[in-house]
Amino acid sequence: MVQTETFVMLSAVLFILGAMGVLLRRNAILLFMSVELMLNASNLALVAFARHWQQMEGHLFVFFVIAVAAAEVAVGLALIVAIFRSKQSINIDELHQMEG
Amino acid sequence: MFEVPSFADLNLWLTAPATVLALGACLLLLVDILFIPADRKVTTAWLAIGVIAVSFVVNLFTFNESGSAFLGMFVADGFTSVANVIILVSAFISVLLSIDYVKRAQIERGEFYSLILFSVSGMMFMVSANDLVSIFVSLELLSIPLYILAAFRVPDVRSEESGMKYFILGAFASAFFVYGSALVFGATGHTGLPEIFQSVEGIVADGGSAGVLLLLGAGLILVGLGFKVAVVPFHMWTPDVYEGAPTPVTAFMSVGAKVGGFAALIRLVAVALPTFVLAEGDTVTVWQQAFWLVAAATLILGNFVAVAQTNVKRMLAYSSIAHAGYIMMAVAAAGTAGVADAAAQATLLYLLAYMFTNLGAFGVALSIEKDDGSGTSIEDFVGLAKSRPRLALMMAVFMLSLTGIPLTAGFVGKWFVFKAALDANLIPLAIIGVLTSVVSAFYYLRIIVNMYLRDGEGDRAEGATEYVNWAVYVAFAGTLVMGILPVLATNLTDAITIASTAVR
Repeated sequence: MVQTETFVMLSAVLFILGAMGVLLRRNAILLFMSVELMLNASNLALVAFARHWQQMEGHLFVFFVIAVAAAEVAVGLALIVAIFRSKQSINIDELHQMEG
Repeated sequence: MFEVPSFADLNLWLTAPATVLALGACLLLLVDILFIPADRKVTTAWLAIGVIAVSFVVNLFTFNESGSAFLGMFVADGFTSVANVIILVSAFISVLLSIDYVKRAQIERGEFYSLILFSVSGMMFMVSANDLVSIFVSLELLSIPLYILAAFRVPDVRSEESGMKYFILGAFASAFFVYGSALVFGATGHTGLPEIFQSVEGIVADGGSAGVLLLLGAGLILVGLGFKVAVVPFHMWTPDVYEGAPTPVTAFMSVGAKVGGFAALIRLVAVALPTFVLAEGDTVTVWQQAFWLVAAATLILGNFVAVAQTNVKRMLAYSSIAHAGYIMMAVAAAGTAGVADAAAQATLLYLLAYMFTNLGAFGVALSIEKDDGSGTSIEDFVGLAKSRPRLALMMAVFMLSLTGIPLTAGFVGKWFVFKAALDANLIPLAIIGVLTSVVSAFYYLRIIVNMYLRDGEGDRAEGATEYVNWAVYVAFAGTLVMGILPVLATNLTDAITIASTAVR
């Protein structure tokens, strides 16, 4: 049986990769995928701990996270489409109408 | 392992204020699409106000009831009832501010009001959330409609940019929140706040790796919530989002998101982590030291950067960061044993005062805004006292209240926050708070100087339509009444207790 620690280590690595992606990538869709990676890293940690403690709460949390992530995707893609229509680009470095 | 709960166990009546609002939002969406023609969207706004009013009345009926619902995931107590009042009044004023604004900006669509109601129901669930799962779901219910509302002014690039920035940083923050929750769950084996509290002492005494997990997890949760309430160093999205979003939306999110975020934050630290210390025998909780630093940094940065702003929406954005710092001061005070209840009361009083004052200030800013979203520079206030004396007078009172001058609501809020900080022995923090208040007077008074002492033609304030005027009158009345008769507000909050019974 694989140890809980192994899963948690993997989830930490995935979470950090996701966070780095958000901070370093400039394409809105890639940013978006990085956020999804962070959420899924959390899901992995949640199910690993749920197995460790033999508690259902962790599994329950995962379902909520999946549902919420789907809702976020819907809104996020709509925003990306709207921005692409007016700027013909989804590079977030080009979003600098406001400064100060 | 899992028993099926009976219907009575769910305790639905206690959740009624929030559930009524959530159901009302769903219904409104349908009614708006099916029955309300595009040229009569003002009906939708009135229906939204109707839903808010029904929820308000239900909240009055359940005002003195307390208990938990949804199997402990939801808790109703005095704190929730008062926070609900703040949220509902802010929603009411925001809808009034929106009615004519959306027409002028040509974004009059029925979903606008449904989205506001969805966000409000998220806030109301959030102030009652007693479990990491329910905090997360309500946090998202609060935020996702706000992402859409911020970008509602498509195809205006600034509004889209505002929505996109808010979305990316908001989703980033939620990911931190979820990962933090996962680690806290890993350390304690529970997601309910009271159950986490029961495990914390054992973990601290044990001193093993569970303590490290708990520390990391709590830290990540606080990062997530810190983004939502915009405290330094997680504030950088605020000015851009506030400037680009449609003004009534900015007004709404500057208040509502803070009420939800701070309520969840103070409940989390006061209920789940009041005994969380680094090593056994320490008297100061881990998070109090962290909040101390965050509050000090927020106060200093928010107030000093606001001085340099020339756009009033941007100035109010930095001012909202500064006010988050004052509330953070109260939350930090909750870390000292015995002060948690006073800190929760101070938080609510401050949010109540801030709600009236800030919505009023945004209402005046919206009045002088042009149809295309321009005209919110500080220079546009020059001569307003001549062209619109009543509006200028109210703006002056709002600015004094944000500064914290006696006889306005802002003074009452600051008084209780400073008192909580002194009770908790956070004297250096209180001194920083007082000094930065002095700095804040500089940029608030500059608007008064522009309105009264500088000669100019004066804006005609075409945005000040009847609905907007009523909204600003309500905010003005609230600011003055709370300032002159603070006892009315303190009567509401006096009996509030939030801390876990074991440490009270």
